[in-house]
Amino acid sequence: MQKLMLLGDEALAQGALDAGMSGCFAYPGTPSTEIMEYVQHNKEAVERDIHRTWGSNEKTIMEAAVGMSYAGKRTMACMKHVGLNVAADPFMNSAFVGANGGLIVAVADDPSMHSSQNEQDSRFYAKFAMIPCLEPSNQQECYDMAFLAFELSEKFKLPIMIRLETRLSHSRAGVTRRDKIAENVGKLPEDKNQFMLLPSFSRRKYKNLIKLQSELVAASENSEFNSYTDGSDKSLGIIACGLGYNYVMENLANRDVNYPILKISHYPLPRKLVEKMYKECDKILVVEDGQPIVEEMLKGYISGNEKIKGRLDGTFSYDGEMDPNKVAVALGFGKEVVGTVPEDIVGRPPALCVGCPHIDSFVTLNEALKEHGDGHVFSDIGCYTLGFMPPYNGINTCLDMGASITMAKGASDAGLFPAVAVIGDSTFSHSGLTGLLDCVYDKSNVVIIILDNATTGMTGGQNYTGENKIEEMCLGLGVEKEHIRVVTPLKRCHEEMVQVYKEEIAYNGVSIVIPRRECIQTMTRRIRAQKKAAKK
Amino acid sequence: MKINIILAGVGGQGILTIAKVFGQVAVKQNLFLKQAEVHGMSQRGGDVQSNLRISDKEIFSDLIPEGEADLIISVEPMESLRYLPLLAPDGWLITNAKPFVNIPNYPEIETVYNEVRKVKNHVIIDAQGIAKEIGNVLASNIVMLGAAAEKTCFSMEQLEVALHEIFISKGEKVVDLNVKALRAGNEAKSL
Ligand SMILES: Cc1ncc(C[n+]2csc(CCOP(=O)(O)OP(=O)(O)O)c2C)c(N)n1
Ligand code: SF4
Repeated sequence: MQKLMLLGDEALAQGALDAGMSGCFAYPGTPSTEIMEYVQHNKEAVERDIHRTWGSNEKTIMEAAVGMSYAGKRTMACMKHVGLNVAADPFMNSAFVGANGGLIVAVADDPSMHSSQNEQDSRFYAKFAMIPCLEPSNQQECYDMAFLAFELSEKFKLPIMIRLETRLSHSRAGVTRRDKIAENVGKLPEDKNQFMLLPSFSRRKYKNLIKLQSELVAASENSEFNSYTDGSDKSLGIIACGLGYNYVMENLANRDVNYPILKISHYPLPRKLVEKMYKECDKILVVEDGQPIVEEMLKGYISGNEKIKGRLDGTFSYDGEMDPNKVAVALGFGKEVVGTVPEDIVGRPPALCVGCPHIDSFVTLNEALKEHGDGHVFSDIGCYTLGFMPPYNGINTCLDMGASITMAKGASDAGLFPAVAVIGDSTFSHSGLTGLLDCVYDKSNVVIIILDNATTGMTGGQNYTGENKIEEMCLGLGVEKEHIRVVTPLKRCHEEMVQVYKEEIAYNGVSIVIPRRECIQTMTRRIRAQKKAAKK
Repeated sequence: MKINIILAGVGGQGILTIAKVFGQVAVKQNLFLKQAEVHGMSQRGGDVQSNLRISDKEIFSDLIPEGEADLIISVEPMESLRYLPLLAPDGWLITNAKPFVNIPNYPEIETVYNEVRKVKNHVIIDAQGIAKEIGNVLASNIVMLGAAAEKTCFSMEQLEVALHEIFISKGEKVVDLNVKALRAGNEAKSL
């Protein structure tokens, strides 16, 4: 069969489709977005009518996936690493209720924060929840692991995490497909109480989960994705996790060195293999992309264990993406670098697109706030976070999705005036509604600016669940009609916008201002698609 | 055989299309390929790069190690210099002459050219100008591909066939334009 050239994200999506997935649930987030986008554009997924629309946020999609699993079908919830924080409650509890139909939680981490606000390592979550985690090292494994994950999930009746990283999510390579597995017909759980978490049930479930751990370890020890390659030089053993394996092999493939190598792509750790290496080798180098979870487990807390090398003892820097150069240095193969980046080369940071509606929103807001000085604008995550950059310098905070509204409220509760929140329309749908409800409940003195550009711009222009109902949502949550103001972020409406902002700042209560104009990129794509459709 | 290529430019300049053409040739020959891309913030004029690795043996790392890139193909001159630590001692730097200035502190263009000229093996061509002459500046990326063709292990024929396969869904005219761009880039003299 001819190989497909797929991104890691796409390979996972194709694998899940071929392994009988009935529904994909996701909220966009770099670098995980392409998993769902692949399913959405896949012809067979359309024919099979696989669930493939975006959800409101990571919590709702995680819960929906658990629901599909309850109904007996195979399903996958996809998100970026920080999305798992939002989904943490259902995620942790899903380990207790377990799975009926196979349940994959696909999480894409972003070491080095190419496009994220932090670089947490999702493997901690899998360990925390005491469920297996698969960490592919290449695109073929992304594909194959979907099959294994569904199988393990239905065998152990547990959700299975698949952990990706930016470098794999967004790198393309050839993938060979397997024979397809039909979707499950769907049936209710045999145990009627499986998905019921009352304390009395939960205590029993927790004991079961604890008991299951030894079986999960045995599965890891026998996994095709964990392998021990013995070597004659026992002065060093290498534990290479996920992508770390590639960087090790890149360095060793053409060299005459012969260290034992333990490749780990299936957790919990395969105890027997790890102990074999620990016993036989003088030193152990742990190469993992992300935080030093494996290294920490091996090293233990008590100081004095000099045997384990990695991010904790400074062999690698604690933070940042792993790469072949760092591994070369750790293995003593550091080479002279010939070229250096000339001094005159400057950075080219991302900026708001020419013509972006957010530009007008910031220029006018700055003018309206001039008399109040700096420090009043709480913002959020999206293209508009670039409003922090000069020449706008328009926002003061960015914490997590949805925090603009609630931080503005807290600051207002502390007496700050004015307290302004700037939030995107997709972010508002994601996690702004409950915060707004808090504001209405307390009649907080805040101005909430919801930037309606009709898209999730930052992640490439996806649809979002609250489209075309921003005003209705605000009204429904109890905001007064007179204080929901819609404006058009265009130069010719400059004066009007400044005036509206000023009026709403002056109002002592909850105000909503909605600057409404479509994202330039989304508009271009929409028009192109319409033209194409018209041609047909 | 084994070739490591860094493709560089600014979001929207079409470096992934260059990668796609190489990819098409590689797949046909049953070669191994890994291509790391930048997704996420690319639509807003930031720098973008792609690590493309093609080999007849298994490729491990998605990233090209320092000092092992055989080629840097850049659609923008300053961007070509950002990846110099990756270039092999006898590697080639092939860049478009036309700067993309969307930042206030873009260096003097002569300084940029001088840095390019310091690289032992370099080619600077006016891809924009050549593409315009052919009829569409948007083909600058394919002009660059043509300029780099000699330094790869692929023949012009193979690249032309790949262009045909990739662009035929958009019509013969688009194919012709791109083939012309490829040939013009291939014949262009370094400035
Ligand atoms: C919990 C979480 N999920 C997903 C993301 C990825 N992400 C960053 S910004 C954003 C939404 C941006 O859309 P919108 O609020 O409409 O603003 P725009 O970019 O269109 O200006 C998303 C999904 C994230 N940072 N955190
Ligand atoms: S992608 Fe859209 S929302 Fe984002 S900066 Fe560009 S025009 Fe603005």
